[in-house]
Amino acid sequence: MFPLRAIDVKIEIKRKRLIGPINLEIKQNGISILLGANGSGKTTLLEAIHGLRKLSAGKVEWTISNSLAAAEQAFVFQSPIMLRRTVAENLAFPLKVRRISKSVATTEAMIWAKKIGLEEKIKQQAVLLSGGEMQAIAVARALITKPKMLFLDEPTASLDGATKKAIEDILISASSNGTKILMSTHDLGQAKRLAKDIIFLHNGIVEAHCSKEKFLAEPPSKAAKQFLEGDIVL
Amino acid sequence: MNEISQGLIQAFWLVLSFDSELITISLRSLYVTLTALTISTLIAFPLAAFLAVTHFQFRQAIIATLNALMGLPPVVVGLIVYIIFSRSGPLGVLGLLYTTSAMIIAQVIIITPLVTSIAHQSMQELWADYRNLLISINVSKMQSVGILMWDSKKALITASLAGFGRGIGEVGAIMIVGGNIDNATRVLTTAISLETSRGDFALALALGFVLISLAISVSFATHWFGKTERGGLQ
Repeated sequence: MFPLRAIDVKIEIKRKRLIGPINLEIKQNGISILLGANGSGKTTLLEAIHGLRKLSAGKVEWTISNSLAAAEQAFVFQSPIMLRRTVAENLAFPLKVRRISKSVATTEAMIWAKKIGLEEKIKQQAVLLSGGEMQAIAVARALITKPKMLFLDEPTASLDGATKKAIEDILISASSNGTKILMSTHDLGQAKRLAKDIIFLHNGIVEAHCSKEKFLAEPPSKAAKQFLEGDIVL
Repeated sequence: MNEISQGLIQAFWLVLSFDSELITISLRSLYVTLTALTISTLIAFPLAAFLAVTHFQFRQAIIATLNALMGLPPVVVGLIVYIIFSRSGPLGVLGLLYTTSAMIIAQVIIITPLVTSIAHQSMQELWADYRNLLISINVSKMQSVGILMWDSKKALITASLAGFGRGIGEVGAIMIVGGNIDNATRVLTTAISLETSRGDFALALALGFVLISLAISVSFATHWFGKTERGGLQ
């Protein structure tokens, strides 16, 4: 399935360029962090690679067919999307869609509910939970099928420190279990904690893709330097 | 006022005495409307979900037409069904005119656009919430239709009740195609019309009260079994 290649990817809306052209190669291991200021095109790039957005130009290539690759991916959105169902039903949903037996799906849902500390709330309506709990469900639901590739769009943007830490722990665990993670964030601290490599996006263009250490030691562009120093990036 | 109180007393008396004609007419009303509603929902719900999840060339035109047909004049529907099933009509050979089957067909034509439009409205909103999630976990269009119908079930109950209300209170079309034949096609609304024309306002009012009670009872029963008002969730 890997490496994933984005080749001359471009997205335009009404002839206005949102991102691109972007060329990117993402290898299998570790957590890749897509870093950039608000409006730099992080969400658009993630959605484009995952297939939620139609490309205006270019292509996304996996080493297997795109349809097979699609079955091995999951996506966690910035605002968690909860089905109007219970916590257990939300967690088991991707398994149910794949026609996994109900008993297996229920067992897996219970395991993941425990992992995210929601076993007591398994029968509650998911939409009635807090933002942090909903995001934890969204992450668990994405990981329940053991995807080979997980995209996350600023999953902890509006969460408190403890919830952020809990979700980061789940992601580190998933990564060590073989799930490739590509996550966008504008939180530099989070990037430092999680990243193996950093993709820095500025005005819809990838300005750098290198190891975290290299990125932090030698910011590859003016915008990257400003971002690292906490200045406003225009 | 005197006629209203007389009507109420007579309605109570008719109900308490288990008046056989009243029971027969009421059951026929329920049979015609519930059968028409069942057929309508079998058409309307999947159609509404399909219109919510798909994009094709004439989709907007179909939605606009369905919305316009919500106000379809029953008398015109009755006239068209009458012409189709009259002896010289294209389906006259079926011999359905002046039968409950013709009444059901007329009601299906009247109810379906209403139920479809209401169901589509709620499923379109749900699709806006669910779209990205369902696409990201590779849910097929057919599966999406099922998921939308399942998760909109309470809104669909409301749509069904709106259809039931329109059907049970309908008189113009079923009078034309049913003929208000005693012991054959007479239902509550056509009986009320007949008694009013005869000048027996008390009996007409009594039948009217029974009709209203029937509509309210079905609504209450549906809400009760459907649990639509529990938990404050739609």
